[in-house]
Amino acid sequence: MPTLIAKNLCKSFGGHHVLQNVNFELSAPGIVALIGPNGAGKTTLLNILTGFLSPDAGHCALEHQEITHLPPHKIVQLGAARTFQDLRLIRQVSVLENVLLARPHQRGESLIYALLRFGVAKQEKRNRQVVMELLRFVGLQKMSRNLGSELSYGQQKLLSLACCLATEAKVLLLDEPVAGVNPNLGSKILELMLQLRNEGKLIVFIEHDIQAVRQIADCVMVMDAGKIITQGTPTEILSQSKIMEVYLD
Amino acid sequence: MEYLFHILILSSIYTILSVSLSLVAGHIGILSVAHAGFYGIGAYTSALLTIHLGCPFLLGVLLGMMITAVVSLFISIPSLRLHEDYFVIATFGFQIILFSIFNNWIDLTRGPLGIFGIPQPSILGWKIGSDIDFLIVTVIWTACTCGIVYRLVTSPYGRVLRGIREDEVFTQAMGKNTLWFKVSALALSAGLASSAGSLYAHYITYIDPSSFTVMESILIISMVIIGGADSLWGPIIGAVILVTLPELLRFIGIKSAMAANLRQMFYGLLLVIMMIVKPSGLLGRYRFK
Repeated sequence: MPTLIAKNLCKSFGGHHVLQNVNFELSAPGIVALIGPNGAGKTTLLNILTGFLSPDAGHCALEHQEITHLPPHKIVQLGAARTFQDLRLIRQVSVLENVLLARPHQRGESLIYALLRFGVAKQEKRNRQVVMELLRFVGLQKMSRNLGSELSYGQQKLLSLACCLATEAKVLLLDEPVAGVNPNLGSKILELMLQLRNEGKLIVFIEHDIQAVRQIADCVMVMDAGKIITQGTPTEILSQSKIMEVYLD
Repeated sequence: MEYLFHILILSSIYTILSVSLSLVAGHIGILSVAHAGFYGIGAYTSALLTIHLGCPFLLGVLLGMMITAVVSLFISIPSLRLHEDYFVIATFGFQIILFSIFNNWIDLTRGPLGIFGIPQPSILGWKIGSDIDFLIVTVIWTACTCGIVYRLVTSPYGRVLRGIREDEVFTQAMGKNTLWFKVSALALSAGLASSAGSLYAHYITYIDPSSFTVMESILIISMVIIGGADSLWGPIIGAVILVTLPELLRFIGIKSAMAANLRQMFYGLLLVIMMIVKPSGLLGRYRFK
């Protein structure tokens, strides 16, 4: 049973066709790499799948639930969370608070419960434990009290991954998770992605680093000019010298 | 002594206004210029209900808060989807509309003539007749307002508000319905401002539209900015400073007409100095974008 489905997705901006009839069916667990040249439509596709953009035509579904025109928060609640290429975080608050923000079903987020505090402290304590576990998982437990701005770029990428995980989403859509990160942290992020795949998650990630794609992807989808032009295993796709030359060099 | 009580009562009423505005301005980072309008709705609702229907004071206050919260939805639901700058302009327009209603709906508000003879309140048989009684009521009410805002901003609800302030897209991506949080916070903020209006109407026993102009909104915003928008004590300090310091002008023998103009200049000068010296306000950390 496919976890994430896109059917005939189309999107254009001012007459420029950014996505043209994009189709795919992806099942969890798995790691899918989305590659292609700049302007191919990869991030637009991610924005549509996560509700930050609406498609002009076509639809998408998450575990058989239509998500095409749902707002971003609904899609996260249904089980698909994302990170951003430009690393969106709240840098003025602590690492712990960043991840706590992402926890779902928080009683204290209701106006009435926030005022009356029935059961809020207990749930908050439990959430803090879960968040500390997640920070331990990504290796940031010692920095839980640091401000987001005090982390290095690579650590911020780890933090954004922890935030994504805190939503309890089954599908993770990661926009360039290792771009600009030093090799050690990059390897760590890739290891974590493999571990998450083994825990049953579906990970779709945009990446320009072919080594990273080769290392962890189960499937590679190549996009160009708003279309998925080919897909297959990394060995099949990355051995095609034409693709390597045209789209990735 | 009466004069001192009067200043303390006004400081308390303005503290309610500034603390309630800080909930949206300081913690979400959206500036509403319609706060005086919400303040006015509370004052008119409470006054009219008490005069025409003999409504008890507390019921009048609560109904005023509810009506104001509902009215705030007319501005928040359509305009909170806009970019922050456009939201400020939309609230400015809304403030003008509310002022026009206070000024021109003669049958209801008596327009510029205002409503006089608003009865002094009584709570559960306690007639609040003297200034000291009124001071006790306003201080308790102010403490409750501060308590409500403090509980909200230190809860997970407040965490989402700060998330929206710092990065709304990230907060949405973490599964939060940011529009709902903004709408609900503005409704609560408007409701609290309305309660300050009710207190003002029953204290002064006379209201007219001139108390609820856009200049009043700017005064409240100044209190929040000067004190520090994202702290609890900041808006309190801001309100006390802007209510009490201009009163000093009275003691240096300036004519009252000139003192009124000087007061406006004083507010402006204070704002300019703060923006240069400490843009985040006396006790705040957040700077408006």
